[in-house]
Amino acid sequence: MRLILRRIFALSIKELLALLRDAASRAVLIGPPIIQLLVFGYAATFNLSHVPFVVYNQDQGQSSRDLIARFAGSPSFGLLRVVHNQSALQQAIDDKSALMAIDIGPNFTSDLERGKTSHVQLILDGRDSNTAGLAIGYAQSIVTTFNEAQTAEHGGIPPSTVLLDRAWFNPNLDSHWFIIPGICGILTLLESMLTTGLSVAREREMGTFDQLLVTPMRPTEILFGKALPGFLVGTMEGTLIILVAIFWFHVPFTGSFLGLYVGLFCFLLATVGIGLMISSLARTQQQGLLGVFLFMVPAIVLSGFATPIANMPQAVQYITLLDPLRYFLIVLRRSFLEGAGASLLWPQYWPLAVIGVVSMIIAGRLFRRLY
Amino acid sequence: MKWMRLRGLMRKEAYEILRDPSSIAIAFVLPMVLLLIFGYGVSLDARRVSVAEVVDHPTQLTTSFLAELQSSPWFRPTIYPDQASAERALVHGHADAILWLRSDFTRLSYSGNTAPIDLTVNGVDANQARIIKNYVNGTWLVWLEQEATRQGAQLSVPVIADTRVWFNPALRSRDYLIPGLIAIIMTLIGALLTALVVAREWERGTMEGIMVTPVSTPEILLGKLVPYFAMGMGGMILSTTMAVFLFDVPLRGSLLVLFGTATLFLLTALGMGLVISVLARSQFVAAMIAIITTFLPAFILSGFLFDIRSMPQVIQALTHVVAARYFVAMLQSIFLAGDVWPVILRNGFGMAILCVIFLGIALLRFRKRLD
Repeated sequence: MRLILRRIFALSIKELLALLRDAASRAVLIGPPIIQLLVFGYAATFNLSHVPFVVYNQDQGQSSRDLIARFAGSPSFGLLRVVHNQSALQQAIDDKSALMAIDIGPNFTSDLERGKTSHVQLILDGRDSNTAGLAIGYAQSIVTTFNEAQTAEHGGIPPSTVLLDRAWFNPNLDSHWFIIPGICGILTLLESMLTTGLSVAREREMGTFDQLLVTPMRPTEILFGKALPGFLVGTMEGTLIILVAIFWFHVPFTGSFLGLYVGLFCFLLATVGIGLMISSLARTQQQGLLGVFLFMVPAIVLSGFATPIANMPQAVQYITLLDPLRYFLIVLRRSFLEGAGASLLWPQYWPLAVIGVVSMIIAGRLFRRLY
Repeated sequence: MKWMRLRGLMRKEAYEILRDPSSIAIAFVLPMVLLLIFGYGVSLDARRVSVAEVVDHPTQLTTSFLAELQSSPWFRPTIYPDQASAERALVHGHADAILWLRSDFTRLSYSGNTAPIDLTVNGVDANQARIIKNYVNGTWLVWLEQEATRQGAQLSVPVIADTRVWFNPALRSRDYLIPGLIAIIMTLIGALLTALVVAREWERGTMEGIMVTPVSTPEILLGKLVPYFAMGMGGMILSTTMAVFLFDVPLRGSLLVLFGTATLFLLTALGMGLVISVLARSQFVAAMIAIITTFLPAFILSGFLFDIRSMPQVIQALTHVVAARYFVAMLQSIFLAGDVWPVILRNGFGMAILCVIFLGIALLRFRKRLD
């Protein structure tokens, strides 16, 4: 037994050295995760800020100017310019210089004063439907506050009911709080793919895998020897990324570190297993690279990172059950925002562990088959 | 530059492609898998929001409000006996939102006061939470108007904003996600095809064999570029066909412009792959760089999912080196709006600069030398 452990240990050290041998791959392991987290952390947001809009105002009154001022003063929108005819409005949307156009008819103020309902038209660029949809929501709430002010000012009858809303766990609805834990998960996945996805394929292409096979090491031992560095590097990278999320981006961490690290361990078990599986299926590094992408891209897309799983068709929702990132994102988000501890996260742990064990077994089998 | 030598190099590269079918898979299987997954799996469209309803004191008024929610296609309401059990459902993820009509709801509303409707949403996914709020708000406004009419009162809403979304009136997210997705797929294809080709020759030592021949650097690079360009274009044709015929995305621009921009983009993406390959020297490092620099930047920084204008200035500047950024904007215009020349020229210019930079670096750094 001690001999086996020593062999596994020796192979792990060799793997780590191979990974850290040259400056380029060392740099690849340490620099990019932090840079990526910083760049993507700032970039990935569903909150709108300073989205350009144009105004075509045919009304001469004060009220329309008030409404426009509310839009221009909102942090979500920025007034690009005032246009003076319909075709300039169309032009601004067409060439994408503005996402939204506000078209105010000539009777806006007089309708308001006579107590009639005034209409404004919001025109949005649907080529970017997601942003357009968000902008509609923001615009409607600006109009709602405008209406409330109007009613209060002109002594109209207030509506008999009022909708009071609040959000749990993220009171300001800051989408960074949702996205940044997600990016932590994606980058952890990326790093474990980097360390394991090509490790066997590289040795096979270079012919050193054959040398490994003629040593007294059994396939299981080779498997453990190859998996261990993936775990080590993955845990370190994961920790680094999570620390940046907490201390740089100030995403509140309300759960328990135990719960998070059990999740991280199970997640690494799954990704290292899948990485080794891809790697041992591939005969060349080019094939390994293709395999990594064929796994990684769908895993990210179907994880619920940016688009909710509940929105997907039922059949696709079943496929997401195989996606380790899906479970880890839930672990991350619940640990960060909802204060969930290990006991609440069991439903996420066991599927990860099952995926991990199964893929490890398959990877081990593949080592043997390719003797 | 000799045509005969170039032809020989291209034939050699073609044999290389046929020998390891993984590059054929990159050009054809990768786009197919990704388009199917994205096309069916990713949707930002509305789904039924499960709302937990708590009514302390049911009356005719509360029933009419709940009936409005029930009849809306956006909600799947469930009645909970009290607020505590509804809150538990929210924490456990069984409900997305809670609507609470307190015991004095009807009394307040009829006595000329304003009766509150408490809406609580789970804010973890800030984007979804905002959408849910907007839906509830919209439904409430409709109900308010109906209720006012029923009671014979004229509801005075001062301003109503009518929204019109051009190019994608129904805000079908598939219509704008798929053109964006094609840009991401082409980024992957372009870079993955060429990222390893030069590094591979260095690693295997075959580059030295080429060096002793009279071929020049541009000939070697062109010999590598042309066959992969042909495959990348094949992938583009496949993706466009699937988008139009399988997913019914409208193609309003001309095919000529579509494939013209695709040519420019593919050259840029292949150029980026060549740069990785030339700089890395070993396939392993090249693969790592390709994994890090292709998918995630294209996914997050291209404006495909997250609005570039809402990002911080520094990040906005950074997006200019992501070739997919230009291609996403052009494809969304070509598919949904038509040949909008200001958009095409502006983005085409940015992409052309990137293309020249990438190919220039590849040419300059690729020298026939031994080390």
